[in-house]
Amino acid sequence: MRASHWLTISLAAVLVLGGCKKSAQAGSGGDPKTIVIVSSLPRTGSANAQTTTIVNGIRMAIEEAGGKVGDFTIKFEDWDDASAKKGDWDPEVEAANAEKAANNPDVMAYIGTYNSGAAKIAMPVLNKANLPMISPANTYTGLTKPGKGEPNEPQVYRPTGKITYFRVVPADDIQGPSAVKWMKQMGAKSVYILDDRNLYGKGLADTVEATAAADGLKVLGHEGIDPKAQEYKSLMAKIAALSPDFIYYGGTTQTNAGQLLKDMVAAGLKSKFMAPDGCYEDAFISAAGAEIANGRAHLTFGGVPPEKLTGKGAEFVKKYEERYKSKPEAYAVYGYVCAKVVLEAIAKAGKKDREAIRQAIAATEQKDGALGTWKFDANGDTSITLMSGNGVKDGKFDFITLLGN
Amino acid sequence: MTLVLQQLIIGLTNGMVFALIALGYTMVYGILELINFAHGDLFMLASFVALTLVGMLSIADLHGGALFGALLLVVAACALFSGGLNWTVDRVVYRRLRSAPKLAPLVSAIGVSFIFQNLGLFWGGLSMDVMGGGVAAAAPKAFPDLLPSDNLLGEGSALRITMKDVVVVLSSLAVMAGLFLLVRFTKLGKAMRATAQNPTAARLMGIDVDAVIGWTFAIGGALAGFAAVIYGLYINTIHYQMGYQNGLYAFTAAVLGGIGNIPGAVLGGLVIGVVRAFSDQAIGAEWQPAVLFSMLIVILVFRPQGLLGSTMREKV
Repeated sequence: MRASHWLTISLAAVLVLGGCKKSAQAGSGGDPKTIVIVSSLPRTGSANAQTTTIVNGIRMAIEEAGGKVGDFTIKFEDWDDASAKKGDWDPEVEAANAEKAANNPDVMAYIGTYNSGAAKIAMPVLNKANLPMISPANTYTGLTKPGKGEPNEPQVYRPTGKITYFRVVPADDIQGPSAVKWMKQMGAKSVYILDDRNLYGKGLADTVEATAAADGLKVLGHEGIDPKAQEYKSLMAKIAALSPDFIYYGGTTQTNAGQLLKDMVAAGLKSKFMAPDGCYEDAFISAAGAEIANGRAHLTFGGVPPEKLTGKGAEFVKKYEERYKSKPEAYAVYGYVCAKVVLEAIAKAGKKDREAIRQAIAATEQKDGALGTWKFDANGDTSITLMSGNGVKDGKFDFITLLGN
Repeated sequence: MTLVLQQLIIGLTNGMVFALIALGYTMVYGILELINFAHGDLFMLASFVALTLVGMLSIADLHGGALFGALLLVVAACALFSGGLNWTVDRVVYRRLRSAPKLAPLVSAIGVSFIFQNLGLFWGGLSMDVMGGGVAAAAPKAFPDLLPSDNLLGEGSALRITMKDVVVVLSSLAVMAGLFLLVRFTKLGKAMRATAQNPTAARLMGIDVDAVIGWTFAIGGALAGFAAVIYGLYINTIHYQMGYQNGLYAFTAAVLGGIGNIPGAVLGGLVIGVVRAFSDQAIGAEWQPAVLFSMLIVILVFRPQGLLGSTMREKV
């Protein structure tokens, strides 16, 4: 009997621990001088290394302001939108986070999400609550740009008609064509396109397919994969028979990009491999193995890598390394900028009011900030269109070229 | 034609791994009629043991005979670990539920599976080089490419067979043959078959049924440990959630072959491997699970007892 009790107790412990790992409860609120900023990012799973540096970036911006804007005390809460069950962002958790933020009158800004699919869920909820949401990492085009995604996008995310969603990274209608341009620059004649059938990955793969066809890069095939599969050896054997110059994967580290690359090499393919910013994190190299990734992996990224940032951006990297004793991942500076934008907007609005802060965010104009000079357009998109192409050398990301305009 | 042959090779090699895991399911089911849901996760834990050992012994730097010896050591350690762990789980959990309603051990097995998964998640967070420094506990871990993956037919050949494929297939066949001989010709094997047929009668004949069941768990677990090393060497990635996916396929293989039937589990594993490969080739990678499970349904509609299962209760 004792042993079965032990089992029950340990089971219960596992469940409780799993439950508690989520965010701390938001305060019941009511203090008119406290403003809460929350972030909703996947903190469980392999994206965690990346999101940790994003959260560090956010904390740095708030620390620089001394935790206060005018008379307001800024409180930051770091929420997780992933679950151990999925090992990746979880729609249920994201929906719960959005509801919780919407219903907490102290929350004045929602920084997130990391995954475009998660943004799709949070956006309408926050829009109805008129709570400004600002993403450091979403790149799916349809989230903001009319006529580039599904017919009902982006109106479906804006039930009130107001723009409550902003992002500080360029979208995939810039990233996709940049990828094609880069492949052509490297002399590629043909490409085989794969995607993970998620909003972000498939959207991007579709853009690449359309652009490639128009630009004279031959598309030998385009198919979705099961991102949970153990291996892709038979898929790669099929592709090997076509020997494309490039394999493009619209997907992320979390949707098995590392395994694809590994099996590409195992199948004896001499092709190069290109993937978008969702794989631009150290976890991708460690999943694929440095030996495999070296020289083969090519990653596009909606900005320039941390070590290529200049001015305030370079200052940020330096301060980050001093403060956290580690190097920031690619998106850390975007987390920092998101928080900066929110803090500046609160200062400009001067009151604890979602509408006033939303308007102030929409009117953001950054001059010589960490990302240079830019503003939000009418859709809530950044005016920056510069992208970079990065390779892998000696197990580390290696900046190769600037893309876009 | 080359491509058909190529897919067949890939399918059979993958199928071997499913078959090895399927054996653990089918042996336990044969003797206890328990679907041991924790078996897939046991396999996953064993793969973490393997990777840890590979890291600790710096096996990636070895060559030739030293590499071979080190790998044998890893196989032995993993088999011992997962066999021992499976035996312990039976001793601590399932044995106490022998006379409980069938659902009690089943639900407990699901519980054990969750505990194993969380252990795997914790393990992935250890700060070891092979675990990626433990920065991202849940991230897939790269298992070093220890076996040569040069084409044995020469790099110019369209058909690709590597040392890796050969090692996976031959060593799996050897282990399966060993299991077959053990069940068929040893005293323990005989006791296992007797217990599977009728536990009460076996007990009356003086067989220590609980010990026999314990051995079944230990042997099934050891096979999972062996499979884990093979999987690491062949697929080169391990992940704390891989137990679920592999367990599901292996369980399907066991059912397909006729659950409780040892040759059936092997056949089921191979069929699943081959169907997956040809589905990727002919239909498209995204349809793989759909094709696989539709086939399972069709086969089970016409042969509910599975490919080699008999309607008679002759198990293990």
